[in-house]
Amino acid sequence: MEATAGTRSLIRRVARPLAGALRGRLTADLDDRDPDYIRENLPFAWLLSTLWFRGEVRDMDRIPEGGPVLLVGNHSGGNLTPDTTVFTLAFYTFFGVERRFHQLAHNLVLTSPIGPLLRRYGTVAASHDNARKALEAGAAVLVYPGGDWEVHRPSWKSGTVDFAGRKGFVRLAVEAGVPIVPVVSIGGQETALFLSHGQRLARALRLDRMFRLKVLPISLSLPWVVNVGDFMGHVPLPAKITIQVLEPIDLKDRYGRDPDPDEVYDDLTTSMQATLDELSAERRLPVIG
Amino acid sequence: MRIDRSVTIDAPRSRVWDYVTDPENYTEFMEGLTRWDVEGKPARGLGARYRVLIRVGSTDVGGLIEVVEWSPEGDMAWSSVTGVDQRGRWRLREDSQGYTRVSFRFAYGVAGGGITGLLAERVASIPLGRRFRRSLENMKAALEDPGS
Repeated sequence: MEATAGTRSLIRRVARPLAGALRGRLTADLDDRDPDYIRENLPFAWLLSTLWFRGEVRDMDRIPEGGPVLLVGNHSGGNLTPDTTVFTLAFYTFFGVERRFHQLAHNLVLTSPIGPLLRRYGTVAASHDNARKALEAGAAVLVYPGGDWEVHRPSWKSGTVDFAGRKGFVRLAVEAGVPIVPVVSIGGQETALFLSHGQRLARALRLDRMFRLKVLPISLSLPWVVNVGDFMGHVPLPAKITIQVLEPIDLKDRYGRDPDPDEVYDDLTTSMQATLDELSAERRLPVIG
Repeated sequence: MRIDRSVTIDAPRSRVWDYVTDPENYTEFMEGLTRWDVEGKPARGLGARYRVLIRVGSTDVGGLIEVVEWSPEGDMAWSSVTGVDQRGRWRLREDSQGYTRVSFRFAYGVAGGGITGLLAERVASIPLGRRFRRSLENMKAALEDPGS
């Protein structure tokens, strides 16, 4: 009992100042995006995507050629999601680094050692305000509603779209008056063996309150072998990443002037799940693809 | 990185010129090209702009290009305006036997890309070189045997 109280006290003493410092690094300045930096780093992303992940992105031309658009994706592979790397590269090589593009990421990713680099790629902290600002600036915005919950789901659930009931993106698209383009990916959850969300552990350590972390995932991955939290990332196995872009959805055209978020959410996740099932059926072996 | 490929075609230079300067033909004969769309006016000639994409590795790579050199029945060259830095050139010459010698030059690169830039250019040159060779063979077949 005393030991538990001592541990909690230690966590409070260490984690609270740390959480405060990290929050201070989460200002979302859209101007952090640096097209020249992105251009100079496309070769590295291209090598990674082509040689390591054997990336394949289908039907990029379904994304409207210009103007703001909300790209809604499922994602996988822990804190450093390979789907995002492959898709972001595909977006920038398809439309050019000149087109404004922002990706929403969990606070923890932005406060990690690679956070400053990601900001230059256009990544901003996932929040309604940041997304709205980016859309108002005319950007394409990539959001993963499933967040930390989805990326750390067990590997045997890799063929499941799991947004955990988060529907804020529907309100965002309606308010901003922008189309939604669903983006379905597969392969990321094969870059390690993800065992558990570690939900109870996260609650016990009060990580939700301090870092907005609902999970403390446990996985088997390189080089750590047993990886708790995935805070330092991991070396991903070279799993083949396949991404399918679906047709854009104009919410007002399809659902009227005041779309019901529940209906939009159900329709969207159903169609994305159907696509993910098709992509799963194409795969013969894990990692190999 | 520069890739050069050439082919000799049994067709008058004027006909080859009409073929390589017609934007409609590009997705027909260029292997791996997913887009060659006219952007604005003119559709051909100096200042013509095209939105171009070619499949390289895991992605479609390209951008907006503009024709910067136009010598009828001789040279057409373009340079990128947006997207990945690239330059291309068609060079047509008549040989002593009356055939048309077609040279295609394609240069690309990422300024400031460092070692990974050089490595990516090398890796990409393998499929690109192969595709350009097949593209010229396609062009030759289309011009020498239009019915095939």
